[in-house]
Amino acid sequence: MASMATILRRKLHDNRHFLIQTRLFSLESSSHDTKTTSRIEKILIANRGEIACRIMRTAKRLGIRTVAVYSDADRDSLHVKSADEAVHIGPPPARLSYLNGSAIVEAAIRTGAQAVHPGYGFLSESSDFATLCEDKGLSFVGPPASAIRDMGDKSASKRIMGAAGVPLVPGYHGSEQDIELMKSEADKIGYPILIKPTHGGGGKGMRIVQSPNEFVDSFLGAQREAAASFGINTILLEKYITKPRHIEVQIFGDKHGNVLHLYERDCSVQRRHQKIIEEAPAPNVMNDFRSHLGQAAVSAAKAVGYHNAGTVEFIVDTVSGQFYFMEMNTRLQVEHPVTEMIVGQDLVEWQISVANGEPLPINQSQVPLLGHAFEARIYAENVPKGFLPATGVLHHYRPVPVSPTVRVDTGVEQGDTVSMHYDPMIAKLVVSGENRAAALVKLKNCLSKFQVAGVPTNINFLQKLADHRAFENGNVETHFIEHYKDDLFTDPNNLTRAKETYDNARFNATLVAACLCEKEHSAIKSSLPGTNGLLPIWYSHPPFRAHHQASCTMELEWENEYDGSSSKFFTFSITYQSDGNYLIETEEVNSPGLEVKATLLHDQDFRVETDGVSMDVSLSAYSKDKIKHIHLWHGSHHYHFRQKLELDLSDDNEIQQKTNFETASHPPGTVVAPMAGLVVKVLVTDGTKVEEGQPILVLEAMKMEHVVKAPFTGYVHGLQVTAGQQVSDSSPLFSVKISKTKGEEATVP
Amino acid sequence: MLRNLARKAVSATSNPWRTSKSIHFLQKRDFCLGVLPDGVGRNSEAFAQNSKAMEGLISQLQSHINKVLAGGGEEAVKRNRKRNKLLPRERIDKLIDPGSSFLELSQLAGHELYGETLPSGGIITGIGPVHGRLCMFVANDPTVKGGTYYPITVKKHLRAQEIAAQCKLPCIYLVDSGGAFLPKQAEVFPDKDNFGRIFYNQAVMSAEGIPQIALVLGSCTAGGAYIPAMADESVMVKGNATIFLAGPPLVKAATGEEVSAEDLGGASVHCKTSGVSDYFAQDELHGLALGRNIIKNLHMAGKQGVMNGLHNLNPEYKEPLYDVKELRSIAPIDHKQAFDIRSVIARIVDGSEFDEFKKQYGTTLITGFARIFGQPVGILGNNGILFNESALKGAHFIELCTQRNIPLVFLQNITGFMVGSRSEANGIAKSGAKMVMAVSCAKVPKVTIMVGGSFGAGNYAMCGRAYSPNFLFLWPNAKISVMGGAQAASVLSQIETANKKKQGIQWTEEEQENFKSKITEAYEREGNCYYSTARLWDDGIIDPADTRKIIGFCISASLNRPLEDTKYGVFRM
Repeated sequence: MASMATILRRKLHDNRHFLIQTRLFSLESSSHDTKTTSRIEKILIANRGEIACRIMRTAKRLGIRTVAVYSDADRDSLHVKSADEAVHIGPPPARLSYLNGSAIVEAAIRTGAQAVHPGYGFLSESSDFATLCEDKGLSFVGPPASAIRDMGDKSASKRIMGAAGVPLVPGYHGSEQDIELMKSEADKIGYPILIKPTHGGGGKGMRIVQSPNEFVDSFLGAQREAAASFGINTILLEKYITKPRHIEVQIFGDKHGNVLHLYERDCSVQRRHQKIIEEAPAPNVMNDFRSHLGQAAVSAAKAVGYHNAGTVEFIVDTVSGQFYFMEMNTRLQVEHPVTEMIVGQDLVEWQISVANGEPLPINQSQVPLLGHAFEARIYAENVPKGFLPATGVLHHYRPVPVSPTVRVDTGVEQGDTVSMHYDPMIAKLVVSGENRAAALVKLKNCLSKFQVAGVPTNINFLQKLADHRAFENGNVETHFIEHYKDDLFTDPNNLTRAKETYDNARFNATLVAACLCEKEHSAIKSSLPGTNGLLPIWYSHPPFRAHHQASCTMELEWENEYDGSSSKFFTFSITYQSDGNYLIETEEVNSPGLEVKATLLHDQDFRVETDGVSMDVSLSAYSKDKIKHIHLWHGSHHYHFRQKLELDLSDDNEIQQKTNFETASHPPGTVVAPMAGLVVKVLVTDGTKVEEGQPILVLEAMKMEHVVKAPFTGYVHGLQVTAGQQVSDSSPLFSVKISKTKGEEATVP
Repeated sequence: MLRNLARKAVSATSNPWRTSKSIHFLQKRDFCLGVLPDGVGRNSEAFAQNSKAMEGLISQLQSHINKVLAGGGEEAVKRNRKRNKLLPRERIDKLIDPGSSFLELSQLAGHELYGETLPSGGIITGIGPVHGRLCMFVANDPTVKGGTYYPITVKKHLRAQEIAAQCKLPCIYLVDSGGAFLPKQAEVFPDKDNFGRIFYNQAVMSAEGIPQIALVLGSCTAGGAYIPAMADESVMVKGNATIFLAGPPLVKAATGEEVSAEDLGGASVHCKTSGVSDYFAQDELHGLALGRNIIKNLHMAGKQGVMNGLHNLNPEYKEPLYDVKELRSIAPIDHKQAFDIRSVIARIVDGSEFDEFKKQYGTTLITGFARIFGQPVGILGNNGILFNESALKGAHFIELCTQRNIPLVFLQNITGFMVGSRSEANGIAKSGAKMVMAVSCAKVPKVTIMVGGSFGAGNYAMCGRAYSPNFLFLWPNAKISVMGGAQAASVLSQIETANKKKQGIQWTEEEQENFKSKITEAYEREGNCYYSTARLWDDGIIDPADTRKIIGFCISASLNRPLEDTKYGVFRM
């Protein structure tokens, strides 16, 4: 650590030296100063969510004013609130807002920002946008547009990298398709080999060939299938990597031609081709390999004249230990914090100084390696439904407290909505430790304490991942989740496991019942009118009953996160013991009552004691659609219960819908006088066809006129009253029938 | 020097730290003045004996209570559940605020009173808060004789109404009753304090602005139909609730009309057509929720005193210094043995602090000021027979408390006023009359607890049932009668001997003993606390350990009304 400090100090000294030189230089050329060479004082962040907030945090620390942009959906979001200024740029769809380059550039000009930080996603890898910014005199905090363009084209990038001597996945991409030639190319590459049509996709025509003698059959089959599906039967060959790892290298370049790498990150654990746990440095990697990888990445960056932050992705064959270039991401990555943790640097600060034209603050040999870091991405998603994105309101959101080794990058607050418009990521939890094992312990602990309620999340799944033996050993690869799916997903048909889960849920429901009683009690006590002096004694704990103990029942429905199909009801009978404990019993046989003592510590935190063990428990409750949702966190567990808030009163209108029994005593269609009165006007004659709601006659009663209308369309029958006639209450006035003739039986719709 | 002092004085007022210190100093001056000593020898033989005896009494009480808590028996309870109906205590649990207390009254009413058992007299009454407002609950128990009214049922209903009227508590009637118990109609129907009085009370209370709410959760036949009809607001539950003056069988007999109970007087008919009821409930839980809502919507603002009858309340109160459970070990079962009532007071009042009034005068009556849950109270407790001086002291103390609107707590353990020539010559009747006058006319809340014997005129002077204390509870060891059994037997046998002598009959020693023992036995039986509580001479038997809590509840309920000035009659001087 001490040596680290000296290095930094020395570097600082070097910097000062450099700055003096530049100042001397700029004094001479002050008349030529243009806007673009001046330092950034105000920055617009062309992004949203956690990354926008994260960039603003650094900008603020550097004294740079911040401008946010937002769509209609983000009007009240955290990134808007965190910015010094915010500009509305369009409706919710990203295409009309966060991807609308001209609107963003206009916002920057309007607010006088000198620079635009694109974050990741959206316009971060659009060379057009980078060009647009530079054209409008705005500094684009990112690589040169040419590098974005070069690296954006997959085949072009591979060509460039191949030329620069960066290893590529061995393969044959030639147009010569002779089967003998192909066979010899395949032998050259080495088995297993992947046969793939050059056109099309979706796995059609793809074949994995394990040995040379299978080649011909597979090749011909692939050709036939490709021809049938795409009309073109050109085939390419690539080495098939059986157990690949996804390892990427963070590189950084300045505008003075310096490029360095900040070690690698392992992002092998993925679902739906998206990373969920990343770590740095990569586990089970020799130092030799690490430096080779780093050098390859630096060469790759140099090959495209790169500056600013970038990531070079490699695929690593865990069997052979070879690594191959995949692609280069010309932006700050989502998972950059793990790198920041292990090198002790702020990459956004670096980005800004590079954009300011400054050289990198350190050189390659000065890059420290401080322990190990993990990042877990917390998503609103439905894990059992194939990780489908979920939306909803974050009714309860309490991330873990941050510390020098625990970092939470988030763009949401409690009460915010995770909308369908954007990425459903809630937060990035980043932890670091002396070594991988220490960091992993911290990761697991933080995951269990990360509280989100209102939307389903992947937290429980992340916990299982982090807890997996293979993960603990660092045996990561891109098929990790698929490979260990039996361990990671709960099989509803596994009865022993299901029983265990059920018992746990019941135990936790018991704790919930005790905490809810305790909470309710304190809530009522605190809401008592202050003036009514002795009233509080009626709410003392436990409640008084003459010669018996007060009790109540509570019904909780357990929402099984892993088996949505089955919900279980727990009915508890809760008895208030004289010592203030709760005796909680279920109706189930073979389940003895449990005595629980619950103490409310804070708003949502309880200390619960049962069976001689006391523990911390957090409880969050919110109401949605007349249902009270209760979430409980304790230890590494998180449970979700529901409680019906309202009585089921669906047939409340029954009483109004019942036909009035006075009319019921007459044939259907009969209209009776609503009250006693005088007929003032008769508007139609007997037998007339009338429309529904058409006035038939007018009554006068109690100095008010009442219009009697046809109840439905039909013919008027039996209209015998005349103007000036007195009618009594409920006397029949006429009837309306569907048919014209009297003989036919009337039917009422 | 003087200048120095002045500077100190100035700085004391300007410096908040100094000010707080001076307050501290003032508090310290009052420190510990009235704190009562423990007064209990935990290692004494008496302590062990008393504990054991009381333990026996409490377990006997508990076994009686357990029987009545089960209601009208397994079968009836099952039938009740089948109709989606809760038991009356469960209904009340759903009505009062969650987790709040309920002061149930006279649980053992009707105990061994009739040939058949009548658990809790077939009706549950008591006080509990709904939306922070204390209410009186009157709930029929349909599992007990179909919820019909026996004479004791009527008496318990009326007693609940009496308390409600006295304390201005909104009344919630949970109606599920078949009406008067016809075989006993002569004891139920005609007299002043019989069935009809229920509706009279409803009318009078309503007129006084005391809300009358009826929740019809079951049948409500004949006279019972007037309970919802006389209520300010009423709720009916679909399917279960019916209101009619005559049920279907009687209707058929009278008019030949055949009609189902639901069509005759169900919730639909009364909520929609007749207007007898105001709220239509889908089921019982809905009905109870509607009941809570009705109370929530009561608006008592402007009704002076109803919500704030509290004075000098100290929100920061201390619990007694000594364990309240030791109240179970103080009273000896043998009433001839005396005990110091101060050791009871020490376990009832805040911080065991009791500022005794006239400590050295009339020492057989203990009087003094204390607080219970912060509420100032005046306490009168017996430490022996009432003498002239004690009675005068009692009257004086009651006058003090009424003057200052301080509620009175009577702790009865009294064998009576002193008899004998000297006492009579000193005018004990005159002194006793003074105390009785003071007790009768005192308009402050009065709570009486019988912690031992309650005999003769002592019962009167110490605010017995006839003196309308707001509440009266017994300890399980309490005994009530005009005099002790032995004394009564002796008096009666003397009279009998005289009578026989007149007739010239001689009776043997054996006959006389027989005569005496019969009387003693009768006095024993009728003086028993169960005999009393079964007949509603009190509001219930309590566990001594609950005494402090129950006095708190009672005073809290009693203060739910405006203050009244006390006016005394003519004191014989």
